[in-house]
Amino acid sequence: MQKARIIVGLGSCGIASGGRKVYEQLQQGIASRGLDLTLEETGCIGMCYNEVLVDVVIAAGTTTYKQVTPEMADRILDEHIVEGRIIQEWTVTEEDEKCLNRQQRIVLRNCGKISPESIDEYIEQGGYRAIERVAKEMSPEMVIDEITRSGLRGRGGAGFPTGVKWGFANKSAGDKKYFICNADEGDPGAFMDRSVLEGDPHSVIEGMLIGGYAIGANHGYIYVRAEYPLAIKRLKIAIEQAKARGFIGQNIFESGFSFELEIKEGAGAFVCGEETALIASIEGSRGMPRLRPPFPAISGLYGKPTNINNVETLANIPWIIFNGAGKYASFGTEKSKGTKVFALAGKIQRGGLVEVPMGMSLREVIFDIGGGTSGKHEFKAVQLGGPSGGCIPSSLLDTPVDYDSISQTGAIMGSGGMVVMDNTTCMVDIARFFLNFTQNESCGKCTFCRIGTRRMLEILERIVAGKGVDGDIELLEELAENIRRTSLCGLGQTAPNPVLTTLKYFRDEYEAHIKQRRCSAKACKELISFAIIDERCKGCGLCIKVCPTGAITGEKKKLHVLDADKCVRCGQCVAKCRLEAIIRVDRW
Amino acid sequence: MGCKCADKQDKLLTILSEYQGKSGGLIPVLQKVQNVYGYLSEDVMLKIADGLEIKPSVVYGVATFYTQFRFSPVGEHIIRACHGTACYVSGAENITQVMVDTLGVEPGGTTIDMKFTLDTVACLGCCGLAPVVMVDNDVYGRLNEARVEEILAPYW
Repeated sequence: MQKARIIVGLGSCGIASGGRKVYEQLQQGIASRGLDLTLEETGCIGMCYNEVLVDVVIAAGTTTYKQVTPEMADRILDEHIVEGRIIQEWTVTEEDEKCLNRQQRIVLRNCGKISPESIDEYIEQGGYRAIERVAKEMSPEMVIDEITRSGLRGRGGAGFPTGVKWGFANKSAGDKKYFICNADEGDPGAFMDRSVLEGDPHSVIEGMLIGGYAIGANHGYIYVRAEYPLAIKRLKIAIEQAKARGFIGQNIFESGFSFELEIKEGAGAFVCGEETALIASIEGSRGMPRLRPPFPAISGLYGKPTNINNVETLANIPWIIFNGAGKYASFGTEKSKGTKVFALAGKIQRGGLVEVPMGMSLREVIFDIGGGTSGKHEFKAVQLGGPSGGCIPSSLLDTPVDYDSISQTGAIMGSGGMVVMDNTTCMVDIARFFLNFTQNESCGKCTFCRIGTRRMLEILERIVAGKGVDGDIELLEELAENIRRTSLCGLGQTAPNPVLTTLKYFRDEYEAHIKQRRCSAKACKELISFAIIDERCKGCGLCIKVCPTGAITGEKKKLHVLDADKCVRCGQCVAKCRLEAIIRVDRW
Repeated sequence: MGCKCADKQDKLLTILSEYQGKSGGLIPVLQKVQNVYGYLSEDVMLKIADGLEIKPSVVYGVATFYTQFRFSPVGEHIIRACHGTACYVSGAENITQVMVDTLGVEPGGTTIDMKFTLDTVACLGCCGLAPVVMVDNDVYGRLNEARVEEILAPYW
C-alpha cells in the first residue's frame, strides 16, 4: 500500500499566510507520533484566498484543508491520519471546487499538484517527454509548424503568434543564436509568471529547450525580476536537476542538440519587460529600448539572432507538443486559441490565479469563478493589462476574454492582471496612480514619454486635489495622443491608456471633480471630510485611540466629536469603528 | 568585534576577478557587491570601474538606472511596502502611513538606529493577499493598520 502523504502549499502566497509554520508543526507532530507518512511541499494552486492549503492523501482519497493554521495541524494528524476521519468543517467547500472545475488548466497543469523542487514528480506527469519527442522525431520546421497550427499567441501581452516568431528566428542566419525567457513580470497586479515559476519551473525550462531546438539556439537566458527570490531559488534547483539528468547540456537525447541555460536577475526596471530593453539589460547596460527593425530575430543579444518569449507562453509549449496542436486549438475562440491565466486581485471575494479558455466572459471570470466583489460595495470596474491597459465598466462585463474583444474596449489583454474595483475606488485617482507609475518607469529616451507623462500626472494630481480647471480634460486628451504617437516602445505608446479608458467610461467622475469638487467614490482626501453619525456612536473610544492627530474627543460612553480642522483624513477611525458611525462626506 | 573592511575588500576583488573581461557582467557585479556592502558608495563604484576596465560614468549610469541599487547605507532590515494596483485599492497607502508614523522615517529613509530602511515598491506579485509588505525576504499579507506593529515586532 502507498504511504499516506501530506502536501503543504508553499508558494509565495502560502508562505506569506504562514505555510512554513504549518509545515514545521506537521513535521514535529509526525515525528512525535512516530507516523509513517511523507510530508511534501507544492506550489500555488491558485486559491490564494484559501491559503494555507494542505492536502491529505490517503488510500481512501484526497482531502484539501483550507486556511490551515499551525494550531490545526495536530488535529489533522490525530483525526485524519490516525483515526481516518475527515474534519469536514475545515475542508474546501463545494463552491471552491466548482471554481476549480470551471477552469481549464494547461499552463497551471502541475501547479499545486507536484513538488516544484522534484524533477521526478515533473517527469511522472509526462515531463521532458515533449523535448524527447522533439529531439528524436521532429525537425525544427515540424516543431514550428506544430506551434503555428496550435494558434498560440504571446502571453506577455502583445499577442504575436509564437510559431511565426520562432519561424523568423529559425530562418535568420547566424552561427550563434539566443533563446530568452522573459520573466520580468512588472505589471503591478499581475503574478501569473511568479506562480508558474514557483510551482512548475521545469515546464518553462522544457518549453525553452523545445524553442531553442526549433530556432537553432544553444544558449538560453531566463531574465527574472529580483523581487521574486523564491522563483529564482526554485529555478536554480530545477536547472541543476535538469543538468544532472542530461536534459540541459551537450547532445540532448543523443540528437546532437546542445543547450546551456543561465538565470539573469533583473535589477528593477519596468521597461525591461520590453524586449530590446531586456536585451540591453542582459548585456549589462541601462535598459533602454531601441528602434525596431532590426527585430531581435535578426539582431538581438550581442547582435545575434534572438527569440524572446514570456513564461506563460513557454509553459504551454510542452503541453502542445505532447497533446497536439489540434487539441490546443480546440480551446478558445477563432483568433485567440487556448487558455489564459488571470491573476484575480483587488476587491474580489476569491482572489487568486485562474486559467480559463479564451472567450469566457469577464462576468463569468469575475462573478462565477471569483465570487464577485469582496465587501458589501458594488462592482464598478475591472482593470486589465496593468499600466498599459484600461478600466472596463460593468456595462461591458459580457465582453469575452480574447485579444481582439478586449482591445475593442480600449483596454488590452495584457499579461493577465485583473484588478477588480468597487464603488469606493475613484477612477480619476486610479488613472493618477498608473500615470505616477509610468512616469516613474519611463526610461527617459523619448521626450513625450519622459515629459508628457509628467505633465499628465500633474494635471491628474490637481484634479484629484480639487484644483482642476476647465480645459484639463481636453489637455489630457491632446497629451495622450501625442505620447502615443511619438514614443518608441510599448511603455510610452500605451501609457495614456488608463487615462483614455477612464475618460471614455467615467468622464462624469472627471467632470464632477473639476466642476463640483466632488469625488463620488469618496476616496480623494482633499474632497472629503469625516463625520460622526450621532445615533450610531456608542462612545467606545476606539476611534480616539487610533486617531494620530487627536481630532476626535469625547468621554467613554458619551457621543464623540470630530474636529474637522485637526483631522488629516487618514481614514483609520473609519476602519476601526465597528458600528459604522464614522462616514465620509463631501467636503465642499 | 574587529573591522570587517578588509574582509569586504577581499570579497570585492574576488567578484571583480570572476567577471573580468566577461560581457554582460556589470549588473551581476553591482548586485553582488551591493550584497557585500549593503549599498554602492562612490569609492566602491570607482573600484568596480577600475576592475572591469570601464568608465566610472558607465558604472554610475547603469547603477542609477535600476531601482535595486542604493547609494547610501541601509538599515539592518529592509521593509518593502507594496504599492501595486491590488494593494493600492486595498489601502496600501494607509498602511505605509502607519509605518512612517511608527518608525519615524519617510519612504526611502533609514531609522537613526540603522535598524530599518523603509521603501515602497511597485508590485511584489502577491496580489492575492493584498495589501502586502515584505520585510527582508518574508512576505506578510492581508494586512491592516493594526497589524503593522505585530509584523515588525520580530525584527526590533
